[in-house]
Amino acid sequence: MAVIRDVMPAFQLLQPTSVADAQNLLQKHGNHAMALAGGMDAFDWLKDRIRKPAAVVDLSGIEELRGIRATTDGLEIGAMTTLTEVVNHPVVKQQYGLLSEAASFVASPQIRNQGTLGGNVSQDTRCWYYRAGWPCYRAGGNICYADTPVGRNREHAILHADRCVAVNASDTAPALIALDAKFVIKTAKGERVVNAEDYFVGPEHDITRMNILQPGDLLTSIRIPAAWAGSQFFFEKVRDRNVWDFPLLNVASAMRLSGNTIQDIRIAVNAAAARPVRLKAVEDAVRGRVRNASTGEMAGKLAVQGAVPLQFNAYKIPLMRNLVKRAITGVQEASWA
Amino acid sequence: MGLVQWATSPLGQNVPIHIAWFLIWVALIAGMAFLAAHAIYMKVFAKEKEFATSDSIYDSGKLPVRIPRHSLTARLFHWIMAASMLTLLFTAFLPKVGVQFDWVTYHWIAGTVLTISILFHIIHASFFLDFWSIWPDRTDLEDAKSRTLRFFGRPAALPRKFAKYPLENKLYHGTVMLTGLAVIITGVCMMFRVRTIFFPRNPYLFGDMTWGLMYVLHGLAGVLFITLVILHIYFAVRPEKLPITAGMVFGTMSREFYLKEHDPTRWAVESSKPQPGTSHGD
Repeated sequence: MAVIRDVMPAFQLLQPTSVADAQNLLQKHGNHAMALAGGMDAFDWLKDRIRKPAAVVDLSGIEELRGIRATTDGLEIGAMTTLTEVVNHPVVKQQYGLLSEAASFVASPQIRNQGTLGGNVSQDTRCWYYRAGWPCYRAGGNICYADTPVGRNREHAILHADRCVAVNASDTAPALIALDAKFVIKTAKGERVVNAEDYFVGPEHDITRMNILQPGDLLTSIRIPAAWAGSQFFFEKVRDRNVWDFPLLNVASAMRLSGNTIQDIRIAVNAAAARPVRLKAVEDAVRGRVRNASTGEMAGKLAVQGAVPLQFNAYKIPLMRNLVKRAITGVQEASWA
Repeated sequence: MGLVQWATSPLGQNVPIHIAWFLIWVALIAGMAFLAAHAIYMKVFAKEKEFATSDSIYDSGKLPVRIPRHSLTARLFHWIMAASMLTLLFTAFLPKVGVQFDWVTYHWIAGTVLTISILFHIIHASFFLDFWSIWPDRTDLEDAKSRTLRFFGRPAALPRKFAKYPLENKLYHGTVMLTGLAVIITGVCMMFRVRTIFFPRNPYLFGDMTWGLMYVLHGLAGVLFITLVILHIYFAVRPEKLPITAGMVFGTMSREFYLKEHDPTRWAVESSKPQPGTSHGD
């Protein structure tokens, strides 16, 4: 692991007060700039002196990036809204409890007070080889240190690995995918709105990025449509310790029922791949079926098709199978008929 | 600005990791610049090709109207190789210039096709074709010297007509062969670093330095292919070369073109062999 030096490299601190200014600064400095949201991810990179940006654009002074607003079709959450605000907001809690619950599982209260929703979905992977500054694929090199016969890969990917086996560790990302959220990005060409699942990038498309943000781009807000408000939600996160830990795997689902029949569903998992994975095959398979243990069983088996374990993470396959089962049935295994 | 990107390995060793990607643009610009310069030269300065008159006697009337040049097998190999080569170039370099797509699988599949086709070509050319026809011979070198002297206005004998392949073709083939072998051998080794259907991954097959040099060699050969492919396509579509290109499509060239540019004593077509008792046109 990298030696924590605690003395960050010198950089130019830029503190814009508007989105337009922030975007200008990010575009001006391009690859040499780092956007700073809550700093929960960024400060590690700086203190470990792995990243040495010429300029850090601190977004904390931009009021328009904060807050949760009702829109004609749901909610719009500013990218700089803290996770604690998301957890405690009454409308989020009442109508979009999935997001509230997912956000409540992020790290610790102190981190949720400082960490932002935009930062949580845009965070870099936690692969320690990568974060230690080793020249792996994701860092522009030509090897994955985790995907070797002796690599420490207990927390790594079982799905969609392509040279790099790092995973996305966001808890809110699968919840936002399940809620069919849209991410609003300011780019040099104007505003771009993308579906939540399209915000994330796997190594097969770009091995050095976790999301579609290009240098100069800025995630400004996340829109949650009303379509899934008040649905049946399920979120579960499995981690090594019950507080302040990244997920070994998490699952989020939003479901509409007609009686006990699944009318419609969106389901996503994270920490299984380098991007949160929406399980479309599972959605298609369970739509129109009775919500029961056998449907859950079938969904679980379907979810892990194509999963390839590494040396030390085979446990993730039954774990994911069971989490998907539970997400479909919405109950703990002990209470199944 | 270095030609190679370096990194510090976990053991603290300074190792190469790959070429500097700006070389992609260097190769592209070099190819386009040559293309432009050659096109201008051919349009403004080039003279009509001149060949020494052969004193060999042959009955051109006995030649077929269409002279067989490439067998169907040879043509299939060429186009399969061309398709795999273009796929390899696009899948290798488009992601490096910002066009992101799932390229690795297509790349190693195209690489496998190229490897198999090259293995086939080596066997086919060695045992079923005239192996030496693609290698420069003494006549080629003597004629190249004459052409060079004449280009600079120095006195020299007229060069003879070509054998089956002009010297430029032979030199291009040699360059492509060396570059191709470099890219294939390193590419096959690099397949041990990704998941394929052929063998289990083994990133520890070589040390960091060897791997790094392999990636650099693969990259250098790859960018050289950008230039080589540009040149190849350019010459293939040049008006004076179209009969040769057509030969790679249809398998034959016209009797007129054959007699104009090729020496039947150096590339004998079935009924164009010299009459007994005549010289070989030296």
